[in-house]
Amino acid sequence: MLGYALRRIAGIVPVLLILLTVSFFVIRLAPGGPFASARALSARTRAELRARYGLDRPLPVQYAAYLRALAHGDLGRSYSLRDEPVAALIGAGLPVSAELGAAALVLGVLSGIALGIGAVLRRGGLIDRALAPLAAVTLALPSFVTGPLLALVFGLWLRWLPVAGWQPDTPRDLVLPAITLALPLAASIARLTRAGLLETLSASYIRTARARGLGRARVLWHHALRPALVPVVSYLGPAATYLVTGSLVVETVFELPGTGRYLVMGAIDRDYTLVMGMVLVYGTLTLLANLGADLLHAWLDPRVRHEPE
Amino acid sequence: MPGSIRGCAMSRSDPRRRALLAALVLGALVLLALFGPAASPYSYRALDWRHLTAPPGFVAEHWLGTDALGRDLYVRTLSGLRLSLLIGLLATLVSVLIGVAWGAAAGWVGGRLDAGLMRVVDVLYALPYLFIVLILAALFGRGNIAVLLLAIGAVGWLTLARVVRAQTLSLKRQAFMEAARAGGLSGLQMLRRHVLPNLAGTVVVYATLMVPQMIVYESFLSFLGLGVEPPRASLGSLINAGARQMLSAPWLLLVPATVLVVLLLAFNILGDALRDVLDPRQR
Repeated sequence: MLGYALRRIAGIVPVLLILLTVSFFVIRLAPGGPFASARALSARTRAELRARYGLDRPLPVQYAAYLRALAHGDLGRSYSLRDEPVAALIGAGLPVSAELGAAALVLGVLSGIALGIGAVLRRGGLIDRALAPLAAVTLALPSFVTGPLLALVFGLWLRWLPVAGWQPDTPRDLVLPAITLALPLAASIARLTRAGLLETLSASYIRTARARGLGRARVLWHHALRPALVPVVSYLGPAATYLVTGSLVVETVFELPGTGRYLVMGAIDRDYTLVMGMVLVYGTLTLLANLGADLLHAWLDPRVRHEPE
Repeated sequence: MPGSIRGCAMSRSDPRRRALLAALVLGALVLLALFGPAASPYSYRALDWRHLTAPPGFVAEHWLGTDALGRDLYVRTLSGLRLSLLIGLLATLVSVLIGVAWGAAAGWVGGRLDAGLMRVVDVLYALPYLFIVLILAALFGRGNIAVLLLAIGAVGWLTLARVVRAQTLSLKRQAFMEAARAGGLSGLQMLRRHVLPNLAGTVVVYATLMVPQMIVYESFLSFLGLGVEPPRASLGSLINAGARQMLSAPWLLLVPATVLVVLLLAFNILGDALRDVLDPRQR
């Protein structure tokens, strides 16, 4: 298990390096550049600005300098946001994004598993029959549609929850965004739980347990649930990728002060260091989340970690 | 279909009927997108200063109302639908071409090439697509539909490449391939006559499921203001504009959102049903 984990962790570094390298050059290949538009600057001011941020040097030199600074934990300074250090900008927004992601993850996983179990407990009951069509609808709805619709119904018409915005330490502000982000997750997980449970329940060891006189609920809880959740766990990898990108969407819809807005803003303003910082943070998050899901999977299912490479 | 839970649960048993129903809805949407705007006297960019933010049915000729600039919502939604369909289909085409070529090459040639090509797919798979699309669109493609298409299409092919490779590998081991080789066919001829036609079913299923995904990407980019530029409308940019005024004029959000949802659902149901019909092993 430890060997497997170390191999996987080591695998992240080259992927991240490739991602950073490609992004570094692609951003600079794009037409336009920092300080090109915005305000009318004199040629001299622009040259001075470019020299100050090292943009007048050849690309390979800039690249080496960026990597060297990065190795010392320095993400550089933003060109467009008053010379703020990128690390500080991201550090200020990340707690909001993380809170949103964590809330959605917990909500999605718990309600998904609960719905899946509910469907199996009463075969042909209301939950069982409603699950498939509801999941199909939920999965077809993109967050930028569900978000405004939820805000319209619960924020404006019913006035139960705030429509948008975010103040520190007010969990109410996170309810609608977290639900929006969690919906597709809950739908997928409910489907997977239901299918997994149905498959495990037809196994012979379950029949044996029932024959020994154990109750239905007990068999479900103690014998069937754990193996049935393996597909759910392997879905957590894609789910993590979804959460990272989905939070970008939801932060925009609900105007949350997370890190998501910096990506689009930075790319439009050609704020190279800001975009690179976002690529680094979101790339690392996605890779780590995928890794975590894989490790959990390997822990639950020994066949995974012994697979020959 | 949404709304009738029982109807959907029952039709689940017969994928052919579901496919037909979804195809009919899609056909109707395509016809609406193509010919619907012509039925109204207004164009998508015509301003009607006498009727600003008119609710649906308030003014006779503005069937679904108008936006804050007096532009006709019916026409704008349908021309947005047209654009979404166009971009969704073309981006899917781009993805399918790359994915099939990549996967078939990896599966057919095998060995080093296979390992290399699939390693690339694995690396790209670990990255968030939407993220890449966003950066590409913001950097290169603001308002440029061709670039938008490439950016969206270039990231959707990964799953298809994997599936096509797996199919190609299993086809390669079939007895009829040996017969074809014994019959004197060259590798390229076998690829064209036996491998590609056998891939068609799977590719059609995945392509159908990819179209709604592409439409979502495009709508999302337009939602963020990175997609089509005004006065042109896409379903995403209409939803964005509608969300900003949902208190005073909820129809500006509800109309394009409903059209987008019906469109996405129809594609998803059609894709799932086609998978049940063409590829029963997947279930």
